[in-house]
Amino acid sequence: MTDTLSEFFTEGEPIADTQAPKVPIDKMWTQRQFDAGLVQPTNRGKLSVIVVGTGLAGGAAAATLGEAGYHVKSFCYQDSPRRAHSIAAQGGINAAKNYKEDGDSTYRLFYDTEKGGDYRSRETNTYRLAEVSANIIDQCVAQGVPFAREYGGLLDNRSFGGVQVSRTFYARGQTGQQLLIGAYQALERQIAAGTVDEYTRHEMLELIIEDGRARGIVARDLVTGELETHIADAVVLASGGYGNVFYLSTNAMGSNVTASWRAHRKGAYMANPCYTQIHPTCIPVAGDYQSKLTLMSESLRNDGRIWVPKRAEDCDKDPQDIAEEDRDYYLERKYPAFGNLVPRDIASRQAKVVCDEGRGVGPKVGDFRRGVYLDFASAIERLGEDAIRNKYGNLFDMYMRITGEDPYKGPMRIYPAVHYVMGGLWVDYDLQSSIPGLFVAGEANFSDHGANRLGASALMQGLADGYFVLPNTIRDYLSKGPYPQVDENSPAVAEVKAAVADRTEKLLSINGERTVDSFHKELGHIMWEYCGMERNEEGLLKAIDLIRSLREEFWRNVKVPGSADTLNQSLEKAGRVADFLELGELMCIDALHRSESCGCHFRSESQTEDGEALRDDEDFAYVAAWEFQPDEAGLPGKPVLHKEDLTFEAIELKQRSYK
Amino acid sequence: MNLTLKVWRQEGPAAKGGLVTYEMTDVSPDMSFLEMLDVLNERLVAESEEPIAFDSDCREGICGMCGLMISGEAHGPDHTTTCQLHMRTFTDGEVITVEPWRASAFPIIKDLVVDRGSFDRIIESGGYISVNTGAAPDAHATPVPKQNADRAFMAAECIGCGACVAACPNGSAALFLGAKITHLGELPQGQAERSARVTSMVDQHDAEGFGGCTNIGECSFACPKEIPLDVIGQLNADMRNAARSSR
Repeated sequence: MTDTLSEFFTEGEPIADTQAPKVPIDKMWTQRQFDAGLVQPTNRGKLSVIVVGTGLAGGAAAATLGEAGYHVKSFCYQDSPRRAHSIAAQGGINAAKNYKEDGDSTYRLFYDTEKGGDYRSRETNTYRLAEVSANIIDQCVAQGVPFAREYGGLLDNRSFGGVQVSRTFYARGQTGQQLLIGAYQALERQIAAGTVDEYTRHEMLELIIEDGRARGIVARDLVTGELETHIADAVVLASGGYGNVFYLSTNAMGSNVTASWRAHRKGAYMANPCYTQIHPTCIPVAGDYQSKLTLMSESLRNDGRIWVPKRAEDCDKDPQDIAEEDRDYYLERKYPAFGNLVPRDIASRQAKVVCDEGRGVGPKVGDFRRGVYLDFASAIERLGEDAIRNKYGNLFDMYMRITGEDPYKGPMRIYPAVHYVMGGLWVDYDLQSSIPGLFVAGEANFSDHGANRLGASALMQGLADGYFVLPNTIRDYLSKGPYPQVDENSPAVAEVKAAVADRTEKLLSINGERTVDSFHKELGHIMWEYCGMERNEEGLLKAIDLIRSLREEFWRNVKVPGSADTLNQSLEKAGRVADFLELGELMCIDALHRSESCGCHFRSESQTEDGEALRDDEDFAYVAAWEFQPDEAGLPGKPVLHKEDLTFEAIELKQRSYK
Repeated sequence: MNLTLKVWRQEGPAAKGGLVTYEMTDVSPDMSFLEMLDVLNERLVAESEEPIAFDSDCREGICGMCGLMISGEAHGPDHTTTCQLHMRTFTDGEVITVEPWRASAFPIIKDLVVDRGSFDRIIESGGYISVNTGAAPDAHATPVPKQNADRAFMAAECIGCGACVAACPNGSAALFLGAKITHLGELPQGQAERSARVTSMVDQHDAEGFGGCTNIGECSFACPKEIPLDVIGQLNADMRNAARSSR
């Protein structure tokens, strides 16, 4: 650790995952399920679980725990569980079914995921993910999820970025929607059965801890403004990712970090927060008013060829007027083995490289053209327009609607955008955080994807955690309960609730000059500029400074109209942005301390001669788990870094290459 | 572009609402309709007024959270979700009225935000296949003919936004209902509960206060996902079959 770094954090005791059984990796999950305690069916109704979030992980977990007979309370900020952001995932879900007999296996899916994550994920969790993947497809088909099928009636598969087998199951460009509806229907079935109570338009604002265990939450009813206390034997956070810290991202407008951040402030470690996946195929930014970015499914790279003009002077030409020999199909040129299907981090960074060289296309935003072509001309010529329409029709329609351009007639324009975060709350093999009784699932935890996530793996992880992993591991925790009753009106609980009320009141009373969105936009700008696709020490130091001043100004100068006892969307946003302002600093500190490049974390100081990410396994083969340390005023002080060494026994650690 | 917006403002469920006029200048044709409202809201906050409450989330046309009556049409004139409606659809100088979904089964919460909990309760009443997690047979054990899978998918595209109800003069949710009945009815997995499902879902639909279907077709016309009217035919057929089988 250099002297500069010691200004920003201190180093604490190392941590370890102690729950993975000491048996060969392919026996581990079976062993853990066997070792986990049982709860007799008639006793399950006496045990309660709070699940925050109703996406693939949360919806599936709540439904499955309900089916088992536990008493579940399910919370979401949307008006219906069916709207969780998992719904927007387009491309597909991976599973090692080997239905194509093309050499796929559990081990290969595990291997691809580890390699894709640049060997920064924990191999025990990743192996388990691959292992249960096949069960997910069976479960979803049984629920009636209408996956694409072949004429013989069997399921169809396609391939996705970063892999050379066809293991991706899909439902046109709406796989996330169909899978989420499956989980939602399972959840509604349990609501009807009385095992799950549903709390829509509710936002978790604080975690309740009693005797060192997570025992409940304080939630705000977003319609009435009332603060409610909910107590349970265990709490599950499945509240998604925090990509909206960048303001512009492909996340839903309401996606936020508050549930995770409040838990972090109460002692849950936040792991690898700087690992942000930038998705290569999004519709480029068009103007200042823009509220979000729209993803075009990565599956488009199966048939679309990515190129830019060879010469900068051709960039403002109509693409049809640029001759074949004047086009640079740069991914096919640099990575012939994978071509347009290289993993997302590589595709994204290469797009940035060619745009930085002045060869970007599309309208100028500022001084730069930020766009590359994704061209279907040769696929349309080879397969016919109908075949392309059948495969990607809705994506083409969406592109046309947003840009006003017809992608059947000319190439699409795409550019990378913030999409997914691999960082999240630290969990052990049981998905339990550093706070006993607090479990974390799906994108909200850090465990499975390392420094980069392969396409079609987010849906897989969400459902693996929700349907199969968590219900088995939380069982072990619950089998040691029921835990002592917590009185909702006890002074300790009342104090937590009062703190939430104070914070709300404070936000409303500042009555400054600037809107919440203006702070959010400025934060997003800092994050994208200095902690985005490429980072370096100088930029990160600057970002930390800028974020600290912005946070100081926020609490002095934000303007939140309206009151606390009604639907108040400005107030909702203000609370979320306040937490993003703290998270942003931690992301920069994490990025600053990790002076290697790995996966989506590209430190410009650490690259090979030909510009590829240069990993440093000697010094950084660990998970960085950060413990919150408040200063005297309760604001973020110097966080404590706990390292979990990554050990690789089932897989050989080697340099990642797609050439 | 310059536009005049007449926006429904209503403080709460019990308050009296009314249209308030806002002048908008320099609207970019590339903005989505909701981004245009964002810009207006930023202005209102700066002027110390409460911003207009409206629902939206994914802004990619898939979550179904957004939904406004725009100049009398559900989601506006472009057969898409409100978040995917772009200002290039409108003309300079146009007067646009913006109202919440109109249906008694969708009570207003505030301004343009309505309560669509009735849709969840309809699904709760039987819109699922009863299968517990963990014991499903191999996915290839039950082939599904492609045409059935495709029709199931077409019906499953419903995003539950509520435009069908808002567009229907009767305030009927028959398209929403028909879409789910058709989705699950096209699949072998959905057969066991087919009769019970349609009966309980229709009962719940009626109990929620949605109106009856009189085949007007506005629902399918307004649907951003182009769910075809024949799902209502399927719904009626399934109801008849269920009635026969229960005799």
